[in-house]
Amino acid sequence: MTTTAAILVEGLTKRFGGLQALDGIDLEVHRGEFFGLLGPNGAGKTTLISVLAGLCRPDKGRARVMGHDVRTEYRNARRMLGVVPQEIVFDPFFSVRETLVIQSGYFGLRHNDAWIDEILEHLGLASKADANMRSLSGGMKRRVLVAQALVHRPPVIILDEPTAGVDVELRQSLWAFIRRLNQDGHTIVLTTHYLEEAEALCGRIAMMKGGRVIALDTTANLVGLMRDRVLVRITLAGGALPEAFAARRVSSEGSSHVLRLGDPCEVEPLLAQIRESGGRIAELSVMQPDLEEVFVQTMRGTLGSAEPT
Amino acid sequence: MKPVLFSAGFRTLFAKELMRFWKVSFQTVFAPIVNALLYLVVFAHVLEERVQVYEGVPYRVFLVPGLVMMATLQNAFANSSSSLIQSKMTGNIIFVLLPPLSHVEIFLAYVLAAVGRGLVVGGGVLAVTLFLAPIPFVHPAWIIAFALGGAAILGALGLLAGIWADKVDQLAAFQNFVILPFTFLSGVFYSIHSLAPVWQTISRANPFFFMIDGFRHGFFGVSDVDPWLSLGVVAGTFVVLAAVTLTMLRTGYKLRT
Repeated sequence: MTTTAAILVEGLTKRFGGLQALDGIDLEVHRGEFFGLLGPNGAGKTTLISVLAGLCRPDKGRARVMGHDVRTEYRNARRMLGVVPQEIVFDPFFSVRETLVIQSGYFGLRHNDAWIDEILEHLGLASKADANMRSLSGGMKRRVLVAQALVHRPPVIILDEPTAGVDVELRQSLWAFIRRLNQDGHTIVLTTHYLEEAEALCGRIAMMKGGRVIALDTTANLVGLMRDRVLVRITLAGGALPEAFAARRVSSEGSSHVLRLGDPCEVEPLLAQIRESGGRIAELSVMQPDLEEVFVQTMRGTLGSAEPT
Repeated sequence: MKPVLFSAGFRTLFAKELMRFWKVSFQTVFAPIVNALLYLVVFAHVLEERVQVYEGVPYRVFLVPGLVMMATLQNAFANSSSSLIQSKMTGNIIFVLLPPLSHVEIFLAYVLAAVGRGLVVGGGVLAVTLFLAPIPFVHPAWIIAFALGGAAILGALGLLAGIWADKVDQLAAFQNFVILPFTFLSGVFYSIHSLAPVWQTISRANPFFFMIDGFRHGFFGVSDVDPWLSLGVVAGTFVVLAAVTLTMLRTGYKLRT
């Protein structure tokens, strides 16, 4: 028996005037996954999310949420989906609790107080429940956006850069809550510019550029692609960088250089050549690759083996 | 599936739209009532002795139905149009677009809430003016029918304008160059029989004239045209506006990219 995918996107294209926002996207997010969607500004992430949410109509292709087509079965598809938008938006006429009660009602839930109280508690909003939305700080307003996305207990939750401009405390409490939801079986799709967040949270990651998915794999495999590539920061007290390693230089600042080595074993020949040329090493550090490095390499197109799998 | 009017989504959006204007009722209810009262006091003071439109009906009494209807229409339009444009400008329209609400539910919720505000303000104007101008209620059913029909038309027109406008300026232009002239030139302050024939003909192309004339018939039992004709024009206008607005909502015009 096959399980319906949480999100299934097939051949999705969308053009805005001269901009090809989505260029034939195929993507499957499994149920219960914590999935990352990464890419630079203009990569098509928000357009893809907008298609899933019914805010944007694709030119071609189709998208399903928990097996429901977002156009022909939009009622069921939208009930299955909670979206935290990128922009902070709010209705200035209402309090936090009124906002959540109204949002519940839109989804057909008229007696949802217990769950609303639980969300308010977990997101640190309980003391602000009766405050007008206008009086809240930016971070608090963002918490309410998260609460609004969760108010109908959707099995699939999309968070479009939910921690942009948010303080550390909220970030930690938010991720603890989202992790719990994921452990309870909710599928989470996250877009973020904080790559360390994606690396720490996501089981699989898709990287987008120019409206296409250019890399798709587990987070471990993506970071593993860089396993044999190390960055070395070396500060020389005398002498110069050996000629053989000049091409590996990523950046230089005075006598301090950052080199990218294809293999950790290359560190020893580097040090030997510096010593042979009469140079002295004042400081040396070896940095392990992380998702940020994978991201940068993928966007530059220099990580050939990270094609979608 | 439940009928639209019983769906929780529709009822929530409808209630939210009612709460929205009630939370700022000084601006949305009491200010228009004071406005209409000032019109009555000033125009009645200046014209009471000089103008008699219907025989035996003092001018200030003649004026009341027109003022009540004008307040009803303008506030019905203001409710749906301002709600839409504010939601679009601030971005919170997505809270209505993300849930599983159909275009029919969205249309009915906004229009019926607009009707609600129109009737509250119109009823308020009527209640206050009763102290100044004792007015008969000859055919209450006509009064109710035209109040509902007129408010529904302007509620739908407000929704249409709110969807169409990209900025507040465009909406203000719609209000000042379409709604206001059509309202003022519809016979609020006069009977079209006092106009030259050519202007009478032009007035008959104005749907607002039929709304106010039919409404006035409910009070005095006298009108410039047959109230059934007026009701037909009101119903026809609503059907056309509803069809256009529903199509805009169904296709996501200016709401969904």
